[in-house]
Amino acid sequence: MLSTRIKLELFGCLAAELKRTFSYRQPEKRPDGRDDDEIAKMTVFALIIINKAGGLIYNKTFHEGGLNKINTNDLLVLAGTFHGVHAITARLNPLKTSGDRTSTASASGMLSRPEPPTGLEVLESENFRLQCFTTMTGVKFLLFTDTTQANVDVTIRRIYDLYADYVMKNPFYQLEMPVRCDMFDRKLLSYVREINNR
Amino acid sequence: MANLPGGKPQDRQSGLRYPTNGKTIYHRPLNRTKTAELSQASFAYLFSEMVSYAQRRVTGIQDLEKRLNTQGHPLGLKLLDLLLIREPPRSQLRPLNIIALLHLIKINLWTHLFGRQADRLEKSSNPDTPDEYMIVDNEPLVNAYISVPREMSQLNCAAYVAGIIEGVCDGAGFPARVTAHSVGGKEEGEMWPGKTVFLVKFEGEVLERESLIVGKG
Repeated sequence: MLSTRIKLELFGCLAAELKRTFSYRQPEKRPDGRDDDEIAKMTVFALIIINKAGGLIYNKTFHEGGLNKINTNDLLVLAGTFHGVHAITARLNPLKTSGDRTSTASASGMLSRPEPPTGLEVLESENFRLQCFTTMTGVKFLLFTDTTQANVDVTIRRIYDLYADYVMKNPFYQLEMPVRCDMFDRKLLSYVREINNR
Repeated sequence: MANLPGGKPQDRQSGLRYPTNGKTIYHRPLNRTKTAELSQASFAYLFSEMVSYAQRRVTGIQDLEKRLNTQGHPLGLKLLDLLLIREPPRSQLRPLNIIALLHLIKINLWTHLFGRQADRLEKSSNPDTPDEYMIVDNEPLVNAYISVPREMSQLNCAAYVAGIIEGVCDGAGFPARVTAHSVGGKEEGEMWPGKTVFLVKFEGEVLERESLIVGKG
């Protein structure tokens, strides 16, 4: 059991990391009179994929100017820190009560496994929103979007589909290793471009 | 012997029995669903494992392609027989010249395997290599989910399909070497990044025979 101090430290760490990495750029007036805020409406900024050991296996920025650029080392730290915080928040999450379980068991006639605790799902700042989707095997998809972006869970599901198709069905991809698949890149880019241009 | 079920006297005289409509079990696919289709995902996983299996203990990319080719070869031999028996009785002959053979591959084989025809059929325009023919597929089904890493850029996993084509050619009495080459991205822009050319190189004696046939005809 981790002590409260360590937990707090981890949270502080994540917050500091996020603040350092994605401090928002001041919107500048553009020649056509629109400012960056208007353009940033409905955008997917970036995607990060974290493997089940907490290692960063994929990162991609789709929209230049939405978030500040950070170096790979910081991204690796972010991935590891998020992984740790996610694991602890999953333990904070209380399990469903057993009375609830028996009622479903009697309804379906068989014992059902309780839902696994999900942990941290959404993290919102003034300028962006981070949605996390954890697969059954523990791979995490983190999607950075604009705060007004709707249907992020649909988007993230679709990205998971693409991952299942173009990464997992590729004989040259080694599990838990960084994703380097041209086909995945291509399909992902065209999908996100479609959303960002909507 | 007398107690065997279904052993009627007339059966013993006629030998093999044919259904009245002439359709044997070879005329129907084993898969009896409406569209007779298979799941592409399960094929993708199977093929992915086949590539990984072929990748063990190989010395280089050419060796890997040869292994994939060898895996496809017996399939081609068998498919030639199967496709010919499913033709209407008049056209059940095996192809007798190169063009007929390539058309059988482009149309019948491709439709049977991939549900559509191959995109193009070409003869080499180079006068030095009159024995080379090309079958073009813009997006081979076997490569649908495969991204080849940069350090193996010459590899094309459609070498498996090349092996099938080679099996058909060999079975029909047109010994040939078939190889798969990626050409996407170089010509015709980025329209078909997975575009693949199957280069069919017939043996010398095939061309010799072909010229005799044409000379007589």
